[in-house]
Amino acid sequence: MDTEKIIITEKLTKRFADFVAVDAISFFVNKGEIFGFLGANGAGKTTAMRMLCGLSKPTAGKATIAGFDIYRQTEKIKKNIGYMSQKFSLYEDLTVKENIRFYGGIYGKSNIFIKEKAALLLHQLKLEKEADKLVGDLPLGWKQKLAFSVAIFHEPQLVFLDEPTGGVDPVTRREFWNMIYEASERGITIFVTTHYMDEAEYCSRVAIMVDGRIEALDTPEVLKSTYTATTMDDVFLQLARKAQRSELG
Amino acid sequence: MRTLQFLLQKEFRQIFRDPAILRVIFVVPVLQLLLLPWAADYEVRNIKLTIVDHDHSDYARRLISKVTASGYFQLDQYTDSYNKALKEIEVDKADVVVEIPINFEKNLVRENEATLFLAINAINGVKAGLASSYLQSIIRDFNNQVRTEWIQIPRFSPEINIDVRSSNWFNPLMNYKFFMVPGILVMLVTIVGSFLTSLNIVKEKEIGTIEQINVTPVKKYHFILGKLIPFWILGLFILTIGLFIAWLLYGIVPVGSLFTIYVFAAVYLLAVLGFGLLISTFSNSQQQAMLVTFFLFMIFILLGGLYTPIDSMPVWAQWFTKFNPVTYFIEVMRLVILKGSTLSDILPHISIILIFAFVLNTWAVINYKKRA
Repeated sequence: MDTEKIIITEKLTKRFADFVAVDAISFFVNKGEIFGFLGANGAGKTTAMRMLCGLSKPTAGKATIAGFDIYRQTEKIKKNIGYMSQKFSLYEDLTVKENIRFYGGIYGKSNIFIKEKAALLLHQLKLEKEADKLVGDLPLGWKQKLAFSVAIFHEPQLVFLDEPTGGVDPVTRREFWNMIYEASERGITIFVTTHYMDEAEYCSRVAIMVDGRIEALDTPEVLKSTYTATTMDDVFLQLARKAQRSELG
Repeated sequence: MRTLQFLLQKEFRQIFRDPAILRVIFVVPVLQLLLLPWAADYEVRNIKLTIVDHDHSDYARRLISKVTASGYFQLDQYTDSYNKALKEIEVDKADVVVEIPINFEKNLVRENEATLFLAINAINGVKAGLASSYLQSIIRDFNNQVRTEWIQIPRFSPEINIDVRSSNWFNPLMNYKFFMVPGILVMLVTIVGSFLTSLNIVKEKEIGTIEQINVTPVKKYHFILGKLIPFWILGLFILTIGLFIAWLLYGIVPVGSLFTIYVFAAVYLLAVLGFGLLISTFSNSQQQAMLVTFFLFMIFILLGGLYTPIDSMPVWAQWFTKFNPVTYFIEVMRLVILKGSTLSDILPHISIILIFAFVLNTWAVINYKKRA
């Protein structure tokens, strides 16, 4: 087992009937990285991520997450990862505090841990006044930041973020990325899908998916020089043009 | 255990914050028990009666007043044309036509024999059947009266008269409310239990929170238990409200022990909730879960012996009722409330429901997949 590589996949494939959503992707993610997973809608990003989180069973191929096998040790994987889905998934009819307590509790954290960490978190998010408000009443940007904080509340080794900044204003987006950096500094590996190319520049390494395959994988700098582009946007457009698949949404 | 505690805390918070659920819990039992026992009554009253009197005799009048005085019939028309009377049936103004022939009195007195003709509107089968049997029993009564007045009954009558008197055991007054209310209680617990649970998991699927739960190490059976226990408690609570209303409004006090009722209800609820959970693991939207639950439980309740006796169903339907948990609960409720059956009497019922509960819940746990 390679302790430096937190995700290793080998020809990981997901087929839905005769449609190959993810086509034999092989890559690895180093511990502590911010790993960006890019692709157009329908390129297979979310499907790939769902397999890695244990939400979707691969059709073929191999993968280990934090040294645990993706087929047989899903429950062990789940203890070590956090996940923030595209859909907002905190309970809107529970308060901020109740949501934090609930997710902390089901990860088996002690009451003292939950209490102390919740207080710290509310302070960092400047949500102290809103602690007893229903989550449904918060503005979207705050909800997203709260969802991210809850996803890493149990201090996982690795967190999966599925288009975390969708529909959020630029200021909040920046704040969100600051939070990602902070988490990364604390040693949490970040696996993030996005289709905002400016966000790709923030990543340590980037994989670009086209039609279910990984077309390119490297640091933003190397990718830009390989494709003689000035921005990641150019890199992405050059690759995405090759796509055969129509948009799946 | 701690995980379960957190799950339960969350579920209860959500339940008590949902005004729709609170309304269901408090308003539905009251309304159902307030309204249904009065409407869902097998006694047929206000049967519209048209009389065709060709005789106009004293006896004819006496018969008519006896029929109308019974309280079941409403005199709609008094006419001497049969065709006119039949028109009344056609326009639904009359349910029953009684035709009294010419010489009704004469024949009755002289020949000790008279004929009456009944025409019944059988669009509503229940009403028709009951109307005809009420009328026949009134006429029989009238007949006896006349005979004792006029005819010297010989010591040994050539006609054998058997007088049948029945006593209704366990519900001496044949009070339909005593019969219906326990059944309605079952309906209440069943509907509330099955609907609330079937909608619950689907709701989490719809808003996407189930995915967040699925990436946590929460065990499947913990999750299902977390959903089951709150609604189990709610179900028993609703039963308690129902029993209280039954006592307050209808003076129904179980002859048997409340303990027996609760033991059975506790097991029964496990089965019904298991069913609701199973439906919700198969459904993708709340509408879907709602429709499936509605469809299945309508059949369960109609074929559960609440409105129609199971013994009079065709054999295949009787077989079906054996796989219908509602049947057992209705039977048990009536047995315990009206007859005073004890726990040992209903042991077979409990065992069968236990099997239901086990199978349905196991199926629900298996069918709830944390990954697609």
